[in-house]
Amino acid sequence: MSAAVEMQPYVDPRDRGGAAQPMLIARELQRHFRVKGAGTGAVVRAVDGVSFTLFKGETLGVVGESGCGKSTLARLLLHLVVPDSGELVFDGDAVGERGGVNVADLRRQVQMVFQDSYSSLNPRMPVQDSIAFGPMVNGRSKTEARRIAHEILVKVGLRPDLFGPRYPHELSGGQKQRVNIARALAVGPRMVILDEAVSALDKSVEAQVLNLLRQLKRTLNLTYLFISHDLNVVRYISDRVLVMYLGQVVELGPAAEVFARARHPYTRALLGSRLSMDAGRRIEAPPLVGDPPSPIDPPSGCRFRTRCPHAESVCEARMPTLGHWEDRSSHVAACHMTRPDSGHSLAGSA
Amino acid sequence: MNERVVVAPGAIPADSEIADNEVDLAPAIKVRGYWQSVLHRLRYDWMTIGFGLVVLAIVIAAIAAPLIAPFDPYQQSIVGRLKPFGWRGHPWGTDELGRDMMSRLIYGGRISLLMGLAPVLIATVVGGMLGVIGGFAGRVANTAIMRTMDVFYAFPSILLAVAISGAMGGGMINGIISLSLVFTPAMCRVAETATAQVKNLDYIEAARASGASTLTIIRHHVLGNVLGPVFIYASSLVSVSILLASGLSFLGLGVQPPEPDWGLMLSTLRQSLYVDPLGCALPGIAIFVTSICFNLVSDGVRGAMDVRG
Amino acid sequence: MDGHTEAAAPLLDVRDLTVKFVSREATVTAVNGATFSLRAGEVLCLLGESGSGKSVTLRALMRLLPKQAQVAGRVELGGQDVLALQGKALRAFRGGEVAMVFQEPMTALDPVYTIGQHLVEMIRRHKGGTKAEARARAIELLELVKIPSAARRFDAYPHELSGGLRQRAMIAIALSCGPRLLLADEPTTALDATVQIQVLILLRRLQQELGMGTIFVTHDLGVAAEIADRVAVMYAGRVIEEGPVADVLRAPKHPYTAGLLASTVHEQAPDQDIAAIPGSPPDLRRLPGGCSFAPRCGLATEACRQAFPDPVYPAPGRMARCLRVADVLPSPLTELA
Repeated sequence: MSAAVEMQPYVDPRDRGGAAQPMLIARELQRHFRVKGAGTGAVVRAVDGVSFTLFKGETLGVVGESGCGKSTLARLLLHLVVPDSGELVFDGDAVGERGGVNVADLRRQVQMVFQDSYSSLNPRMPVQDSIAFGPMVNGRSKTEARRIAHEILVKVGLRPDLFGPRYPHELSGGQKQRVNIARALAVGPRMVILDEAVSALDKSVEAQVLNLLRQLKRTLNLTYLFISHDLNVVRYISDRVLVMYLGQVVELGPAAEVFARARHPYTRALLGSRLSMDAGRRIEAPPLVGDPPSPIDPPSGCRFRTRCPHAESVCEARMPTLGHWEDRSSHVAACHMTRPDSGHSLAGSA
Repeated sequence: MNERVVVAPGAIPADSEIADNEVDLAPAIKVRGYWQSVLHRLRYDWMTIGFGLVVLAIVIAAIAAPLIAPFDPYQQSIVGRLKPFGWRGHPWGTDELGRDMMSRLIYGGRISLLMGLAPVLIATVVGGMLGVIGGFAGRVANTAIMRTMDVFYAFPSILLAVAISGAMGGGMINGIISLSLVFTPAMCRVAETATAQVKNLDYIEAARASGASTLTIIRHHVLGNVLGPVFIYASSLVSVSILLASGLSFLGLGVQPPEPDWGLMLSTLRQSLYVDPLGCALPGIAIFVTSICFNLVSDGVRGAMDVRG
Repeated sequence: MDGHTEAAAPLLDVRDLTVKFVSREATVTAVNGATFSLRAGEVLCLLGESGSGKSVTLRALMRLLPKQAQVAGRVELGGQDVLALQGKALRAFRGGEVAMVFQEPMTALDPVYTIGQHLVEMIRRHKGGTKAEARARAIELLELVKIPSAARRFDAYPHELSGGLRQRAMIAIALSCGPRLLLADEPTTALDATVQIQVLILLRRLQQELGMGTIFVTHDLGVAAEIADRVAVMYAGRVIEEGPVADVLRAPKHPYTAGLLASTVHEQAPDQDIAAIPGSPPDLRRLPGGCSFAPRCGLATEACRQAFPDPVYPAPGRMARCLRVADVLPSPLTELA
C-alpha cells in the first residue's frame, strides 16, 4: 500500500499538512448513552476515552465484539453522534470548534459505508438517485449529479445503464454493497469509514468487494477506517489495527505485529478464537469462557479482568493505560503485564 | 432464506470497461418503480379489482348524478308517497314525501362520498404533516404534538364527532370539520410511527453524512417511505368516515333535510319501517355496500403494498 | 451416494428433495433435488451461501415449511417416511425425535416465558411427569449445557441472558427430549468470536456424548472444519459436493467448493487480490438448464450447459456433480497444511 502511494505522488488540493500530518487524531473521545428503564443514572459507556491516530493513505482496522463501541466510534468521527468530551482533529484542524473545520466540511471529506442490510439504501429510490443525492445536496445540478453517479458506478464495477435505474430490491447483496460504496465516494471524500461493510456478504462476494475496496483506495488515494468483527478480513486489509473492548482501546499497533505478537490477553483470546478451516487443527479448549459483560456497568480497573486468565488485584485496583499511541509504528496495549513497574506478577513478560 | 438474487445466468458480457468482475447476466430485467410494482401485483388480484370497479361505479354514478337520475331528488308528490319497490315510473319506489328513491340514492352518494373522503383527506394532510414533524423533530416537539393528539384519543371517536358537531351545529361543512378532527390524531400517530421507523435507518444516516439538511432528507428520503403506511391507513378510514357521517346525519347533526344523504334518509324513513321495509333498508344497503367495498379495496392494496421486492 | 462404502442403514436418508415456493408471479425452486444421508452419531454440515437452499432443506426435514411450499422427494428417518407424517405423529416427531436450534434465539424463544417455563413445557409435553420432575430435569439440562448457576437462570427471561447463554438455553430446550436427530441452523453465526468457539465446542461434546445425528447448516467453512464429520456443499438447491470434511476442504473436487475456499479470507498475503468467484448466484426463479454454476465457472464447457451433471465418485466417500472433476485445482490450504 505504502509503495502505491509513493509511486503516485498525487496531492489532493484539500491536503493541508502534507503526508506527514495525520488525517485524523482522536483524543480521549467519550460518549455515554443514558439507558431508559434500567434504573436512574444507568449509562452505557459506549465509547470511553478512545484515542488513536489515522495516518494519510493507511487502512486502520478496528476490531472488537458486539457492544465494544466500534460502531459508536464510527458515528462519533462523523459527528453523526456528538461526543460528550474529547478532541477530534482532522488534517490539523479541530472539528466543530472555532477556527477549526466545521461538521459540514468534515462530512464532505469523510464518508461512511454501512453494513449491507435492508436499510442501507432507500427502497423507493433508483440506486443512481441514491448515489446522486450527495453531490446534489452539495450544490451540483441534477444532470451533473447523475453524470457523477454513472461515473462512480463504473468505478465500482456496475454498468450504469443496467444498474443505475434499478431499485435496491432488484440487486443482490454484493451489488447493493457496491452501490453503498459508490454513494460514499460520490461526494469525493478523502477518508472512508467502512462499518462492517463486508460482514453481511457471502464469502465469494465478500472477496470481490474487498478487492474492489483495495483497488479504489489505490486509484482514489483514500484513507480507510475499517471496522469489522472478522479478524481474518482485518488482517488482510489493514496496515494497523486497533482492538476495542467495552468502549476502550486495549491494543493498537501495526497489523503484522499485532497478529504475530499480540500483547493484550484479550487480543490473544480473539486471535485464538479464529476458526482454522482445517479439520485437522480443531480448537480443543475455548480461549475465553463466558460472554463479554454489559457496557452499562463495566468492571472497575481493567475492564477485561473478569474474563482474563491473568487477572490480579492490581487489575481491579487500577485501570491500565495505553501508553504512547501517537506514532505510526508504536505497538501498545492497555495491560499491566506490559509495564515492568505496574505491580503485576507477570509484569514485563508480555 | 433470504433470496437476494436477481441475476439470471447466461453469457458473460465481454465488456472490458467494467474493471471488476460483477457479471450481470440478465440485462433484460424489468425495472419497476415501487408504485408500478404495486399496480403490477394488483393486476392479478381479481377480488380487489372487482370491488374497486364497484367503488368506481358508485363514484361515477354520484358525479354524473344529474345525467343518470330519472327524477329531481327534491321533487315531492303527495299522491305518490311511499310507493313500494317496483312501482311503475319509480322502479325503486318513493319515500315518505313521494320523492323518487333511486334519484335520491344516486344524489345521496355525492354527499356520502364527500363526507367519506373529505375528512380523510384533510386528516391525512394535517395529521400526516404533524406526524412527520413529530417523528423527525426532537423530543420536545414530539412530546408537544403527540400528547396533544393523545388528548383527542382519550374520547371514543363517535362520541367526539357527536360532541364537536353538536357544539358547532349541524350542516355538511361542520360535519366534515368534526370528522377531520376525529381522524387527525390517528393519522398523526401512523405518520409519526412510520417516520420514527425510517428515521433511524442507515440510509438516513448516510444522507446526513453527505451533508443534507433535515428538510431535504424529509423530502427525499422520509416522505416516500411514510406515504405507504399513511395511504393504507387512510384508505381504511374512508369507510369509517362514511359510516360516522351517516351516523351524524341520522342523529340530525350532519346534513340537514331536505338534502339527500344516505344517513339522513335512513333516519327519516325509519318511521315508515312497517309500511315499506325494503325502501327503508335501501339507504342502509347503500352505506353498507360502499363502505365494505372501500374496505376490501383498501385490504387488497395493503396486501399489494406490503410485499417488499 | 455412499452406498458402495456403507452397509448399515443410515439414520436419515434424503432423496431428490425438491421444495418450490409457488406464487402468482413466480415459482422459486429453493431446493432442487437435494440428496444426502446421515449415519447415526454423525455430524453433517450443509455448507452453502445465501440462496443455496440449505436452510429450506433443514426446515423441510422438520416439516416446518409453510403450506404454499411444494415439497417432493423422500425423507426417511430410521425407516419412517417423514413427509407423510400427520397430526399427532408429526407433533411427536417434532421435538421428540428431531429438534432444532435456530440462528437467533432471541426470536426463537417466546419473550413472555422464562427459560425454565420453556423447558418444563417441552419436557412435560413429550415425556409427561409432574412439574417437580420436569423442573429437576430442566435444571439438569441447563447444567449440561454449562450455564453457570443454572437454578438461578431457570427463572430468567430470554432478554435477561446474554447471547451466548441464550443460545445454550436454546440447545438445552432442543436436547430436552433426547432427539435422535439435531438440526442446527447457523446456531453460532450471530455470536461473537470468543463465544462462538465456546458454543461450537459445547455442541461437539454434547453430540459425541449423546450420540445424536446432527445436521449443521452454515455458510462458514471454519465452522464446518471445527464441527463436521462430513460436509455437503450446496449450490442453487442441489448438493454439488460431498465427502469427509478434511478431504473436501483440503482437496475440493467441485470448482464451486474450490472457489469458495480460495475466496474465503484466510491468511492471504495482504498485498494480493483474493481469488474471488465472479458474478452472483443464479436467480432461483429462472435456473439455467445445465449446471447452475456454469455461468460463474472458469472450467465450464458447452457440455456443462447441456444438462446438470450426474454424480461422480472420484474417491471413496467422495461425491461431486461436475464434469470437470479431474481439472479442479486443489485448495490453497493444501500448501499450508
